[in-house]
Amino acid sequence: MSAVEPSERELIDFVVREARLLDDKRYEEWLDLWTDDGIYWVPLTPEQSEGIHHNSHLYEDKLLRTLRVERLKSPRAYSQQPPSRALHVLQTPTLESSDASAQRFVLRTPFHYSEAQGDEIQSFVGTAFHHLVRDGSALRLRLKRVDLLNGEAALPAVQLFI
Amino acid sequence: MSDRYRDHPDRVRALVEPDRVHRDLYIDSEIFALEQEHFFANTWNYIGHESQLPNAGDYLTLEIAGRPLVAVRHDDGSVRVLMNRCAHKGARVVSAPAGNTGRFFRCPYHAWAYNTDGSLRAIPLRSGYDGTRLAECEAAQGLAPVKHVRSHRGFVFAKLSDAGADFESYFGDSLSSIDNLADRSPEGELEITGGCLRFLHQCNWKMFVENLNDTMHPMVVHESSAGTAKRMWKDEPADKPKPMAIEQFVPFVSDYKFFDDMGVRVFANGHSYSGVHFSIHSGYSGVEGYEEKMHAAYGAEKSAEIMKIARHNTVYYPSLTIKGAIQSIRVVRPIAVDKTVIESWTFRLKGAPEALLARTVTYNRLINSPFSVVGHDDLHAYRAIQKGLQASGNPWVSLLRDFDPAEIGRAEVTATGTSEVSMRNQYRAWVQYMTATMRAT
Repeated sequence: MSAVEPSERELIDFVVREARLLDDKRYEEWLDLWTDDGIYWVPLTPEQSEGIHHNSHLYEDKLLRTLRVERLKSPRAYSQQPPSRALHVLQTPTLESSDASAQRFVLRTPFHYSEAQGDEIQSFVGTAFHHLVRDGSALRLRLKRVDLLNGEAALPAVQLFI
Repeated sequence: MSDRYRDHPDRVRALVEPDRVHRDLYIDSEIFALEQEHFFANTWNYIGHESQLPNAGDYLTLEIAGRPLVAVRHDDGSVRVLMNRCAHKGARVVSAPAGNTGRFFRCPYHAWAYNTDGSLRAIPLRSGYDGTRLAECEAAQGLAPVKHVRSHRGFVFAKLSDAGADFESYFGDSLSSIDNLADRSPEGELEITGGCLRFLHQCNWKMFVENLNDTMHPMVVHESSAGTAKRMWKDEPADKPKPMAIEQFVPFVSDYKFFDDMGVRVFANGHSYSGVHFSIHSGYSGVEGYEEKMHAAYGAEKSAEIMKIARHNTVYYPSLTIKGAIQSIRVVRPIAVDKTVIESWTFRLKGAPEALLARTVTYNRLINSPFSVVGHDDLHAYRAIQKGLQASGNPWVSLLRDFDPAEIGRAEVTATGTSEVSMRNQYRAWVQYMTATMRAT
């Protein structure tokens, strides 16, 4: 089968849609964006090379991502009373690297993320790296790495999905 | 700020009754200021772990009792704790969280230089001080050293004030939890590694410390997180290997009997641990190759003794809390009456398989990260208390559960796991060290 490289537009649209699904709380659709072995990772520092033997804010496989989504449905998730709202403001993603033969692509997206709850709002800035792979006709997330600008700072609770 | 409590130790004492405490301990900013002045100066507080300072000149900076400190490995191999304050005009001499200063500290303002024991080494154009009273001044004394510094199995503690108890009588038999953590290394040594998760809590430090041995909350507070994990796994076959996350989350929603049977033990000066007999960490599956290494190092009998101990949280009151069975620690750094930073660190057991470090790191991330669902559950409770205590009508926080007047004044008490004895024990120490250096007008 000859691989057809996705257009840059298609890759960028994926990243924009991923943020949109999170901000709209369409979490089930968000869970479907991932490969079965995909990892959602927020390391402590941009220099960090792995998440198994080094602390991270998040290093979540399918089970943990699903748990996070299921927890939010619990009437006893008291920390979500009132529910938080999230907004991602993205810079235009750029194609960082691509491997057309393996159908793998990495996009880099500086972002501003805010999470509001009641009278309070928290803001975070950083750079997201979406590692995408073509799976049949669809693109899927193998790895979403979020490098916070201040990952080593004392951070308040981040309850939704950055 | 009011001065209702300053110079009134009797009023501070009245805030702590044998089975309840007054809300001002948690919400009054004058009480917090007095804690920084007296309580945190009179108690032994955790500085850091020696493995963070392997070489001469290695340093780390921190604040205890609101005072900027630098801990440094001196060239004689000892760890010194110094006030991070230039003797000249008061500038902090180092600003990074950690680093290596070489053979001396150099103030970035006027280049006054200090040896790593704090003594004054050099002043540029020193002749300018000829004929002055420099030699008789504090300025000639260098970086003021903290006199009371002790290390136990690599854990460095300091006491800023000359008042209060000496190290041995302060911690007493509670040190067995640190021993157990270190003994879990086949070499008997620990290495801090993997960075530090820092989680800002918008609550008084005491909510966090109380909660460590509060075993009536997990099945309630963590129903949404650990309870969801349990529900997601309930239809899986019993013999299917559990992912590490399931193994670590699910025990949080064990029933009341489980936590009751765990037991809690308290020691003089506010220290305690839950999990006297077993704990939520007892059921973890083994790590390949680890038991063999422990046997080889200690022999079968001693090794089994070490591994059998699986305590839940040990509180080294007021600033260090450890989980020996999972090789992580949480450090309490109070910032304001309603603001506390919790630092979570992880250890490598020297000589043990790397898979153990992976387990430690997983636990630390799942439970202690600012993104942790378990952390969100707990923090919500603490913040709810911080707000709720502003209500009028009842100024008291109840600590009545399983209160027995005979527990007062004993060096060690073991009680049923759901007892609130650990909190009553903390506040008896709190009032003692808070008022030890307060003078009545």
